[in-house]
Amino acid sequence: MSAAMAHSVQPIVSMRGIDKSFPGVHALKSVDFEVLPGEVHALMGENGAGKSTLMKVLSGVYSRDAGTVEVDGRTVEIASPREAQALGISIIHQELSLMSDLNAAQNIFIGREPRMAGGLLINEKRLNAEAARLFEHIHLRIDPRTPVANLTIAKQQMVEIAKALSHESRVLIMDEPTAALNAVEINELFTIIRELKAEGVGIVYISHKMDELKRIADRVTVMRDGGYVGTVPAADTPVEKIISMMVGRELTDEAASIPDLSQAETLLEVRNLNRGREVRDVSFSVKKGEILGFAGLMGAGRTEVARAIFGADPRQSGEIFVHGEKVEIKQPRDAVRAGIGYLSEDRKQFGLATGMDVANNIVMASLSRFIGPGGVLDDGEIRSTARKYIGQLSIKTPSERQEARLLSGGNQQKVVVAKWLLRDCDVLIFDEPTRGIDVGAKAEIYKLLNQLAAQGRAIIVISSELPEILRLSHRIAVMCEGRLTGFLPGGASQEEIMRLATQRGGNGKNTNGAKP
Amino acid sequence: MSATTSSSERSLGSLFRSQGAQKLLAFAGLLVLLVGFSVASPNFMQTANMITILQAASINGVLAVSATLIIITGGIDLSVGTGMTFCAVIAGVVLTYLGMPMPVGIVAAIAAGTLSGFLSGVFVAKLKVPPFIATLGMMLILKGLSLVISGTRPIYFNDTPGFTQIATGSIVGTFFPIFPIPNGVVILFLVAGIASFILGRTVLGRYAFALGSNEEALRLSGVNADRWKIAVYSLGGAIMGVAGILIASRLNSAQPALGLGYELDAIAAVVIGGTSLRGGQGTILGTIIGALIMAVLLNGLRILSVAQEWQTVVTGSIIILAVYADMLRRQRAAAAT
Repeated sequence: MSAAMAHSVQPIVSMRGIDKSFPGVHALKSVDFEVLPGEVHALMGENGAGKSTLMKVLSGVYSRDAGTVEVDGRTVEIASPREAQALGISIIHQELSLMSDLNAAQNIFIGREPRMAGGLLINEKRLNAEAARLFEHIHLRIDPRTPVANLTIAKQQMVEIAKALSHESRVLIMDEPTAALNAVEINELFTIIRELKAEGVGIVYISHKMDELKRIADRVTVMRDGGYVGTVPAADTPVEKIISMMVGRELTDEAASIPDLSQAETLLEVRNLNRGREVRDVSFSVKKGEILGFAGLMGAGRTEVARAIFGADPRQSGEIFVHGEKVEIKQPRDAVRAGIGYLSEDRKQFGLATGMDVANNIVMASLSRFIGPGGVLDDGEIRSTARKYIGQLSIKTPSERQEARLLSGGNQQKVVVAKWLLRDCDVLIFDEPTRGIDVGAKAEIYKLLNQLAAQGRAIIVISSELPEILRLSHRIAVMCEGRLTGFLPGGASQEEIMRLATQRGGNGKNTNGAKP
Repeated sequence: MSATTSSSERSLGSLFRSQGAQKLLAFAGLLVLLVGFSVASPNFMQTANMITILQAASINGVLAVSATLIIITGGIDLSVGTGMTFCAVIAGVVLTYLGMPMPVGIVAAIAAGTLSGFLSGVFVAKLKVPPFIATLGMMLILKGLSLVISGTRPIYFNDTPGFTQIATGSIVGTFFPIFPIPNGVVILFLVAGIASFILGRTVLGRYAFALGSNEEALRLSGVNADRWKIAVYSLGGAIMGVAGILIASRLNSAQPALGLGYELDAIAAVVIGGTSLRGGQGTILGTIIGALIMAVLLNGLRILSVAQEWQTVVTGSIIILAVYADMLRRQRAAAAT
C-alpha cells in the first residue's frame, strides 16, 4: 500500500480528535488515527505515550471523552469489546488474554460457543471442527483440544489470531506481538500478517522494534505524551527520524566499546553445568569489568543456565567458582552470599515486591544490616541508604516511599539493581533487561550496565534482541538447545550469531518443530 | 475414523473435567483407607456400615458440590453451612407453620438457597466485595435469620408424612432389598451428576472455569462476566437448598443452631478432591471422592474406637497431606515438561 492510495481508498476505521482523561492524567489529547484495508499501520511511541489507551478506545474497553470514530464512513459508538467485535475490530493484547485452564478451541469461541439441544449445551464437536479449520487457515498445527497452558507463547499468540479471525475481523490490533517470540516464530507471524493483508484486513501494529517496522509496516503513526505527532510512510522514513519523533530528541546508537580485559581477574567461572535437557555441559567464565552477552533462540536454555547458577533450579552437576574459590550453591540464598545477583525477566513476579515502597525493596536482601537496638529496624537508615542509591542510579521516583509498582519498567529494573549492589553482588545476571521498556529508557539501562562493568563488576546479559546483544556485549556466548555452541567477540555480525544459535550440537534432532 | 471413539472418550472426560493424576491420587487414598480399615476391623466392610458411610457423606457431599462450583470461579463460599440450615428452616416454616404440601416446602427451600446464592453473587460481582468477606457476611446473616425466623426453636416435620423418607428412605431398596441405598445418597449422586454435566457441557460451566482462569480475558471476550458469576453463585445456592432439605429430612426437624462448621468440611472435601483454591480447575468427581474420604476416615476411626477429639486432628492432617501431595505432583509435572 502506498501513501497515494491513502486518498483513494476509504479507511475501514477513522478516529478523529480522540480525547480521554483519567483522574490526574490526560491520556489522549485530540488524537487522529486511521486504518486502511490491507495495510499494516504501525503505532509507535514510548511507554505511556497513549498507544494502548487509543487502542482500548477503539476496541471498546474505554469510552472516549471527545472525538469521533467512523467505521466504513459511518459514525459509530463502541461501548464494549463485544460491539467492537461486531464491527470487525479485534485486539490481541500484549499480555495474552487467554484462559490457560481452557483448551485452544474453547478459548477461541468463548462467549459464542456453538450450541445444541435448544441452546442448552455446547456443541463441542462443532467447536473443535471450526477451531481446526481456523488453525489450518493460519498454518497452526495443534490439536484444538490442547490446554492453552501447554502451548508456547508463540502458539498462544497464534490462537489469539485465530480467535480474531473467527470474528471475521477487518481490523486486527496487535500489541507488541513479537515481544516473546524468537526469530523463526517472528517470520511465521509475518507470513500470516502478509496473508491477512492480502485478504484486505487492516492491521494496527504496536511495537518498539524498529527493524520489524521496516520489514512489515506500510505506514507509521507516532504518539508522544498522549498527543499525535505524525504519520509517515514506513519504507521511506529513516529510523532516526521515527525515533526522534517518538522521544522528541535525537538518539545516537553506538556500538559497544570493548575494554582490554586481558589482565583482569576472573570473577565467575562455571564448569560443566548440567540440568536436564535445557542445560548441557555449559562452561564459561566472566572477568571483572566484562559484559558477557548470552544470545540464542527462545528455549535455547539461557535463562535455565542463569537459574541453575543462581540456585533457583536444582542442577545435576557442575562447579561454580567466584573469585577463584569454589562455592556451593544449592539455593538463591547461597548465590547471593557468594555475591551473585540475578535480575529475572519478569521483574514484577520475581524481582520486586511491587506493593512495597522503593526503599524497602532496595534493602530487602540486606535487611539484617538495618537492625537497630532492641531488634527494631532503623527506618531512618533504610531511607537514607535508599536515597543514596536512588541518586547513584538516577532512579526516577518522587521519593523513596513511592510504591515500586508505580515506577516505570526501567526504574523498577534499577531498583532491583540497587538491591543487589547494596548486597555487594559483584556478579550480576540480567535476564532480558529491557523487555517491555521503551526506547529512551533502554539507553539508560545500557548506560547503567556499562557503568556497572566499568566499576569492576562482572555482568551477564541474556537478551533475545540481537541489536541489544551486539551493542552491549564485550563477548558473546551463543546457545542452542541447551549447549554453548560458541563464543564470539563483541562486534560480531548478526549472521555469525544466528549461525551458532541454529547450530545443533550432538545428535542434531530438530525438536522445536521449527521449519528450516 | 477414530472420531467416534475419541468423542466418546472426550464426553466422559469433559463430564468430569478429567485431570487424571490428582483424582487418581485421591482415589488411591480412598482405596488405601478402605483396605486399611477392613483389615483393622471386621465390622468395617459390612453393607450396613458402607451405607452408614454413604449416608454420612451425602450432606457434606452435596455442600461440597456447591462449594466446588464457587471455588472453580476463583471464589469461596463460607455461607453454605448456615445457609443450609436457613433453607431447612424455610422448609419448616412452609410445611409445619403454613401447612403447605411437601413439594411446596422443597421448592421454597431451594428457592431460598438460590436467592441467598444470588445475593452473595451480587455482592461479589457487582459490589466487588471479596468473596471471602461477602460470604462470611452471608454466613452470619443466614445464621441470624434462621434463629429469628424459627424463634431459636427447632421446627419438627411431624405433620408432613413422608418427609423423613426424602433422605432416609430407600427407593433403591424396594427394588434391590439386599442393597438399600438411602435416597439421600442417590440425591447426592444425582446432584453431582448434574453439576458435572453443567460444568462439562454447558456455557455456564465453561464460564465458571473461564472466570477462575482469567476473568479479565472473559470480560474482554465480550462476555457479561458479572452476570455469569452471579449465576454460578445462584446455582451453588440452589444446591445448598438441596442440602437443607436433606439435613431436615435426616433429623426430621430444622435445627436453627446447626450449620456452622459444615462449610469448612465442604471446603475440605473440595480440596482433598484436588480442586485448586486458585480457581480455574476442579472436578466434581474429585470432590465426591474427597467427601467419601472424609466420611470413611471418621467412620473407620469411630469403629476403631478412636476418641472423637482425635478424629478432627486426623481430618486436618489429611487435608494438609492431600494438598502437599498435589503440590509435589504439580512440581514433578512442571519439572518433566
